[in-house]
Amino acid sequence: MSEKHLVKTLDKVVVRFSGDSGDGMQLAGNIFTNVSAALGCRVSTFPDYPAEIRAPQGSLSGVSGFQVCVGRDVHTPGDECDVLVAMNPAALKQNIRFLRRGGTVIVDIDSFREADLRKALFATDDAFAELGIDSNCVLQVPVTQMTRDALADTGLDNKSVLKCRNIFALGLVCWLFDRPLDEAIAHLGSKFARKPAIFEANRRVLQAGFDYGHNVHASVSTYRIESESTRPGVYTDINGNTATAWGLIMASEKSGLPLFLGSYPITPATDILHELAKRKDLGVKAVQMEDEIAGVCSAIGAAFAGNLAVTSTSGPGLALKSEGIGLAVMAELPLVVIDVQRGGPSTGLPTKTEQTDLMQALYGRNGESPLVVLAASTPTDCFDMAFEACRLAVEHMTPVILLTDAFIGNGASAWRVPEPDEYPAIRAPRVPDALRESGTWQPFCRDEATLARYWAVPGTEGLAHRIGGLEKDYNSGAISTDAANHEKMVETRREKIARVAADIPPLEVMCDTEADTLLVGWGGTCGHLHSAADELCAAGQPTAFAHFRYINPLPANTAEVLRRYKRVVVAELNSGMMADWLQCHFPDVDIRRINKVQGQPFLVGELVERMTAIAREA
Amino acid sequence: MCQSYTAADYKNGQSVRWCPGCGDHAILNTLHKAMATLGVAPHRTAVISGIGCSSRLPYYMNTYGFHTIHGRAAAIATGFKIANPEMTVWQISGDGDGLAIGGNHFIHAVRRNIDINILLFNNKIYGLTKGQYSPTSPRGFVSKSSPYGTVEDPFIPAELAFGARGNFFGRSIDVELATSQEVLVAAARHKGTSVVEILQNCVIFNNGIHSEITDRANRAERTIHLRHGEKMLFGANNERGLVQDGFLLKAVTIGEDGYTMDDVLVHDAHTPSNFLHQQLAMMDGRELPLAIGVIRDVDAPTYTDTLEEQIAHVRSHKGHASLRDMILAGSTWEVK
Repeated sequence: MSEKHLVKTLDKVVVRFSGDSGDGMQLAGNIFTNVSAALGCRVSTFPDYPAEIRAPQGSLSGVSGFQVCVGRDVHTPGDECDVLVAMNPAALKQNIRFLRRGGTVIVDIDSFREADLRKALFATDDAFAELGIDSNCVLQVPVTQMTRDALADTGLDNKSVLKCRNIFALGLVCWLFDRPLDEAIAHLGSKFARKPAIFEANRRVLQAGFDYGHNVHASVSTYRIESESTRPGVYTDINGNTATAWGLIMASEKSGLPLFLGSYPITPATDILHELAKRKDLGVKAVQMEDEIAGVCSAIGAAFAGNLAVTSTSGPGLALKSEGIGLAVMAELPLVVIDVQRGGPSTGLPTKTEQTDLMQALYGRNGESPLVVLAASTPTDCFDMAFEACRLAVEHMTPVILLTDAFIGNGASAWRVPEPDEYPAIRAPRVPDALRESGTWQPFCRDEATLARYWAVPGTEGLAHRIGGLEKDYNSGAISTDAANHEKMVETRREKIARVAADIPPLEVMCDTEADTLLVGWGGTCGHLHSAADELCAAGQPTAFAHFRYINPLPANTAEVLRRYKRVVVAELNSGMMADWLQCHFPDVDIRRINKVQGQPFLVGELVERMTAIAREA
Repeated sequence: MCQSYTAADYKNGQSVRWCPGCGDHAILNTLHKAMATLGVAPHRTAVISGIGCSSRLPYYMNTYGFHTIHGRAAAIATGFKIANPEMTVWQISGDGDGLAIGGNHFIHAVRRNIDINILLFNNKIYGLTKGQYSPTSPRGFVSKSSPYGTVEDPFIPAELAFGARGNFFGRSIDVELATSQEVLVAAARHKGTSVVEILQNCVIFNNGIHSEITDRANRAERTIHLRHGEKMLFGANNERGLVQDGFLLKAVTIGEDGYTMDDVLVHDAHTPSNFLHQQLAMMDGRELPLAIGVIRDVDAPTYTDTLEEQIAHVRSHKGHASLRDMILAGSTWEVK
């Protein structure tokens, strides 16, 4: 954790439009450039025409490309592109070498029929596999069909309709990069000033492409969060959601428990379901249930049955799962709940990032129902924290909510593949033989140190037992409505979670630990906050930095760390949930707040600015 | 290993808390007996319930049991069975738990053909919350939450099960102990989701709701016990039978109006088409007798078996020994 993570963002985005020379890729690229320039970006472009004006359609020699780099500090059109638009297989083949690792490919899947593939000299029917492209990185869009549909009632001839495909792709790219369409429409207006029917067609198709992106929650990450560490080893490129899925698999291997995922598709968490559904090759059971409630409930059933049980979701889904999670608290079953946070409330901003589910994770259930809450700090940390979530759930017999977010879930990073012995064994608290043999075991007998109840797995002879959501007697586990017993059980469940603090690492302080001001963050903002603290230190404004990955319980040394500083500034992408959580634990600490709720990550610059302002007022 | 069990092996010491005279007592006893007949060890058996009077049943079993939350038993049983396919799983629900708050999970469990046995105790009332109408209460039903009568039509559980493409549907009545046991055993032996509707009497809030059909005086005339391969006969002396009348069924008296025994239909519970099964299941004891027994029992691929086969297939073709092997088989680079 002490290794530094850099968020590489914002400076620039490179998009490469490619297609047949007749596909109008230059026009699409030009308009995107102009739109970006109008928004205040610096731009640099690189048109890449074929030698022939009209080489045979769909052939490798007929591919035309246009690369544009837009952003703050742009001097070149960029070496590698972040997004490659390929209107046909030939364009894909010719341009894939320009795509950076982990970049996104957008293809017109309607032009990937067998004949198209042959023209581009593909040997198989799977162009993506043949080029070694991870299908997770490909947006397969029916551009031709949707363009046709958008123009169905215009009376335009087929050829004119097909000429609008480039503008559909442009509309989609505008959606991906938050470019309002007004400017693009103005450009189309001047381009087709004398052809009102063509202008109208292009305007419609532009909107259709934009709406398509909106409708399918298309998103690309324009961020990379890189560790500065260059430990020797084998590396691969990974995004946060894949890392989460793999961390769960690692926990399954280290615990010897089969992995079960019960889930329901929801942006931006669905990729976890996708990845685990593929992992039947490792024996994973990933079940797409009929709704969010069934997702968590099937996982609870699997936990009772003895599996490592997980459900994955985003904020609205977590709300639906509340009652189920309460059951897992009451039945004291290990359950991992992953919430890839997005903008809320309600449907909110499904593709945007926020940290606004913290209070829901901590408190969003009826009754006193404490559980463990964790948060991953970077895409690669999703692996470690998914593993941690499983370890704590199983060893402490409790539900654990792991908070990630759209930013790190979609964000990519290089990741060192762990060596086989790098992660510890996870040991489920099985019923001790002595208890079993003496006949004194009851379903809520607990380990003295952790207070975790022993896990008797169905199928085991001699351990048949009944559990449920009703309060039970502390000793016998039978249903009980006794007043004093209930209070004792509430206290026991609280204390069980509190004792997890003894099993997690202490809070670390980074940057200038001797400073007066401590910048505090949690979850997916780590890269930005760390960079901001470094910049502040370099600018002669000493700043210490601490980042929480364990939120309930807090690390055991939290009070000691916070009290060491004159002021503590909690920066988070909500209106102050973590600041409130810390303040209610430590009322004596001077806590200041930096908040942003725009569905966007922090910018390092704005953090530096606001930290400077706080230093001035202090 | 062929250990045999008695009903007592599935009972535990808990005192049963249902109201005296409640139909649940009889169902519980029949379930113990059915389990003994099946011979699946108590520790290989799980009973999972939702919320409601009937859902307290797991506490009275000496098996693994989980009394969960309202409506979700089917989803929890689904996860349980997929995770631990060696277990025999029984799900206990009432008409409110299973068809109102849990309706979505019910139809999807049936559609997926999860190998579980769903026992639906139908008393057409909410008992635990003291007497509100349920999704199976008839139109116009007066209850505490419908003082002027309901203005909605009920579900007919069989119709819902067939709509969800169910492959096993059986029905019994709480007081018909032998029939209940027969249907429960058949349900457990069926591979896939088995739905068993048991007409159950709530003595406190809906006493006598089924009595028009179930009273001893009426039962022979108003019910028909269907058995695979046997003629569809009913009546005190089996003097009546079901015959085909166009696309519909008709109850006749053998020897009257020109009908002979040859005209009486033979029950085929195993035919894949559910057309006749549904007609039989929809008979309500008025014009046509209410059907009890195993109405439909058709083999179909189960979710659980197919999933295990798919995993085995994938693993044999492109399985990896570990996560690390899987990652290393993909695109990587080395830093020295």
